[in-house]
Amino acid sequence: MQRLECLRAIYGRLEDCLVVTIMGAVATELHSLGHRSNFFYLQHAMGLASSTGLGLAICLPNQKVVVLDGDGSVLMSLGSLTTLARYRPTNLVHVIFDNESLLSVGGFPTATSTGSDLEGLAHAAGIARASTVHAIDEFTQTFDAAIHAAELTCIVAKVEAIGPQSYATDLALLENRFQFQRHIENLKRK
Amino acid sequence: MPVSQTNSRVVYAALKSCGIGLCSALPETWLVHLIRMAEDDPEMILVRLAREEEGVGVSAGAHFAGVKSAMLMQNHGFLASVNGIVSFAQLYRIPLLMVISYRGHFGERDPWQTQGGTSTESVLRALGIPYAFLDDPEKVARRVSEAHTLAYSSLHPTAVLLTRELMWEES
Repeated sequence: MQRLECLRAIYGRLEDCLVVTIMGAVATELHSLGHRSNFFYLQHAMGLASSTGLGLAICLPNQKVVVLDGDGSVLMSLGSLTTLARYRPTNLVHVIFDNESLLSVGGFPTATSTGSDLEGLAHAAGIARASTVHAIDEFTQTFDAAIHAAELTCIVAKVEAIGPQSYATDLALLENRFQFQRHIENLKRK
Repeated sequence: MPVSQTNSRVVYAALKSCGIGLCSALPETWLVHLIRMAEDDPEMILVRLAREEEGVGVSAGAHFAGVKSAMLMQNHGFLASVNGIVSFAQLYRIPLLMVISYRGHFGERDPWQTQGGTSTESVLRALGIPYAFLDDPEKVARRVSEAHTLAYSSLHPTAVLLTRELMWEES
């Protein structure tokens, strides 16, 4: 399974969500499908995407929040899983693309390549609704169910360690950040 | 425990006056009353963290959502948050109001706090983070309010340092 095909499969469903991604391939590939003002790409600060999603989900309980994370980032802040589990916002879907690799810096293997199990860690942290998926249909179904479920969900999507040729986009970091904030202000006016 | 409840209340009231609606926190001795006040306040969202750096993400999410926040942490928690502060809050112009207990400075009896005490201000200065001391209860409201105003006008972190003079009721 490829991350890009996963993103393509759920791209339409993301329209009504607030989406926070990590840096690297996830950001570039989502952006390549067509940027929207409800997408925020956290282009650094590895490990903090899910914390950002938590802040959004707690403060905007009627808004669905999707975090598109990765194994390298999650491993940098494993305690965050326990914080997510503690508040278990029902409007948050935490997708972790696990390619067992720090792809953007040359493909060095992460600890998930030697047996660390992110679904198991999420379960053990207290996130009851956590699963691992390997095929695109399974991913899409699990994601759809998570979007409709009123329960914090963690989806570990096992994907190939391949990504785009370049990680550059034409969207300036601050442009993205202010656009995203304005998108939320407009939502609240509706 | 000689942590000043009275002055903790003054600090908490100052945060409330700024319209703070969310506090992230990781417990430490000087912060216990403040955290309990946040816990008992039905209008305050309290997010208990495993590590202080998570609070940068939580505050950013809250800011995007239009909720003003404060981070309650020890100076060692500030030191543990430096990458998040630099590569999220500063990179993306996120206002942070950091309320930092200034352990390891004059009067500190715990040897394990002392090294952090000597690094706190130099790291704040190195990061270009404006900071002020909270030492006189009479001046707490104004200092917190001004730190909050600057954080939100500059879209940048600011810090207030809770001193022993304010927080500890024995000399």
